[in-house]
Amino acid sequence: MFDNTTDRRVLVSVSGLKMYFPIFGGILSRHVGDVKAVDDVSFDIYEGETLGVVGESGCGKSTCGRAVLRLYDLTAGTVMVDGTDISTMGQGALRKIRPVMQMVFQDPQACLNPRMSLADIIGEPLVEHTRLSKAERRDRVYDLMDAVGLNRDFANRYPHEFSGGQRQRIGIARALALNPKFIVCDEPIAALDVSIQAQVVNLLEDLQKEFGLTYLFISHDLSMVRHIADRVAVMYLGKIVELAPREGLYRDPKHPYTQALLSAVPEPDPVTHDTANRTVLKGDVPSPSNPPTGCNFCTRCPRVMEICRQQDPEFREVEPGRFVACHLFNESETAG
Amino acid sequence: MLTFTIRRLLMAIPTLLFISLIIFLILDLAPSDPTGSLPLTIPPEVRADIRASLGLDEPIHIRFLLWLQQFFVNEPLNLFEHWTGWDLGGEDRTRVISWQTRSPVVDIIAERMPQTLWVVGTAYIVGILIALPIGIYSAYKQYSVFDQAGTFITMVGFSIPPFFSGVLVIVIFAVQLQWFPSVYDTTHEVTDWDSLVIQLKQMILPVMVLALQITSQISRFMRASMLDNLSQDYVRTARAKGLTESVVVLVHVVRNSMIPVITVIALGVPQVFGGAIITEQVFKVNGLGHLLIGAIQGGDIPTVQTLTFIFAVLIVLFNLIADVLYGILDPRIRYD
Repeated sequence: MFDNTTDRRVLVSVSGLKMYFPIFGGILSRHVGDVKAVDDVSFDIYEGETLGVVGESGCGKSTCGRAVLRLYDLTAGTVMVDGTDISTMGQGALRKIRPVMQMVFQDPQACLNPRMSLADIIGEPLVEHTRLSKAERRDRVYDLMDAVGLNRDFANRYPHEFSGGQRQRIGIARALALNPKFIVCDEPIAALDVSIQAQVVNLLEDLQKEFGLTYLFISHDLSMVRHIADRVAVMYLGKIVELAPREGLYRDPKHPYTQALLSAVPEPDPVTHDTANRTVLKGDVPSPSNPPTGCNFCTRCPRVMEICRQQDPEFREVEPGRFVACHLFNESETAG
Repeated sequence: MLTFTIRRLLMAIPTLLFISLIIFLILDLAPSDPTGSLPLTIPPEVRADIRASLGLDEPIHIRFLLWLQQFFVNEPLNLFEHWTGWDLGGEDRTRVISWQTRSPVVDIIAERMPQTLWVVGTAYIVGILIALPIGIYSAYKQYSVFDQAGTFITMVGFSIPPFFSGVLVIVIFAVQLQWFPSVYDTTHEVTDWDSLVIQLKQMILPVMVLALQITSQISRFMRASMLDNLSQDYVRTARAKGLTESVVVLVHVVRNSMIPVITVIALGVPQVFGGAIITEQVFKVNGLGHLLIGAIQGGDIPTVQTLTFIFAVLIVLFNLIADVLYGILDPRIRYD
């Protein structure tokens, strides 16, 4: 099923996405460099699927998610959402597209305006984008609260009166208000404790089935991504190093970084935990403002070759539906 | 909130009594002498008689209790009689009498209050009205030319003392250009359009000097508070909702940023009543600041004591008002 995605409609298409943040330095604050938070990333998201994005802290996952929704002005690349190119659209035109694409944020406390009641937070997009009457709006807010499992009596309370899990439900209800097709979930469970994580992830899955949503699910929790995602993209230092269907990726990771990442997942069985053959990476992630020449991973790769230090590997399809950016596979292909 | 307010008001009573005692003791310990400015040819016995006639020969606790009775019992009763027209047999009630003018201190304050409120109060309002937009725009366009210029000017306005800026504007606008009078005429009465114009003209210079300081202070607060809020996640949420930029900034960010700024504004109000001592002196505004300086110079202890105590009451009162406002504006803060 997951490999057979070619006949499904592409809802979001990202190609060559770059998001650089300029660094200013010196006495005159000249432009001295860029933090290459997202550096030439391409992927498609099919309608109704969940694309997981994993990677360690600072690899550009969140920036990528925000850039896809044009919460930043892109440095380069195109983003097509539902057939519209939004990559260079002005903020005014973008506003009209916003109902199609929404976002659930990482920190459920900070992302809610502390001075607005729950009903105002959820209802505000309706005021802005629809012409519902006050009563209709209230009914819609109640429907949304039912959908995410919040008691209707809470409508006039303020965000600080809720627990983390409830706040995240508010954030989800808020995102759902305008019937979006595409939702970027930016580490929606990272700030919650484990029992609540399961609730929120199940809620997201239920809502996906009910409303036919498409998710870009950003997380550093590999097990959770394995649970929710249909396909998984692995990011390292601003680039996608591997993009593959979930089962294939977890069973047979191709890229050395993916292999190292997956071997770091804790093993619940203490015996296998101690004997597990882990790939432990040496050194730190290079600075995204000064990435190494050649492959970004060449400084830490256990299987580094000479070519890796000179040439940036191309992101290519090595098996149907499986994309890897690594010279190991370029060579095996030319050899075979 | 109501119980909180009442509790705080009750707690204010011992606080204020203690403050009045401290003021009284400080004034008594100060080496000021009401006969100090009299000619040196007056013999010591006569000086002692003068002191006795002022009540200075009584022990300190008697004088303090007498002042308490005069200020807290006699004056309110007099006011009450004055307002209602009832006769409560007040002929033999002693009032707080100024040693300099031999007239009741409360009457003098009532005479001087309008000048101060007109000039300092207007400056306060003008200052706030200029400060808020500057602070908001500076923060929104952080590090822009406007922000740099605004930050510089507010720094200058904050650092230049009014005895310099006051004289400077007098030299420029009153002496060189001769647009406005350099001295504020307290006896001027507003009866028709022309006299209103004259009143406004004579107010402009002192208001300008005071407003510069107030603007500098409050616009910096506003800017800092805006910057705090602009980087919050809920602002990104608001943008992701597809709200217009003006709604994002003016509804979401400004409302949240106003919470600390309103507190600062409320805490600044007692200074309005306190008058701007130096500015009133420079422009000869016959207000409370002017009165206080004169009373201090003349060793007029009842006037100084009463004025200082009224300022203390206002400060305690506006602290309470700021706390209550905080509770109203910020739903996260509840006092019950």
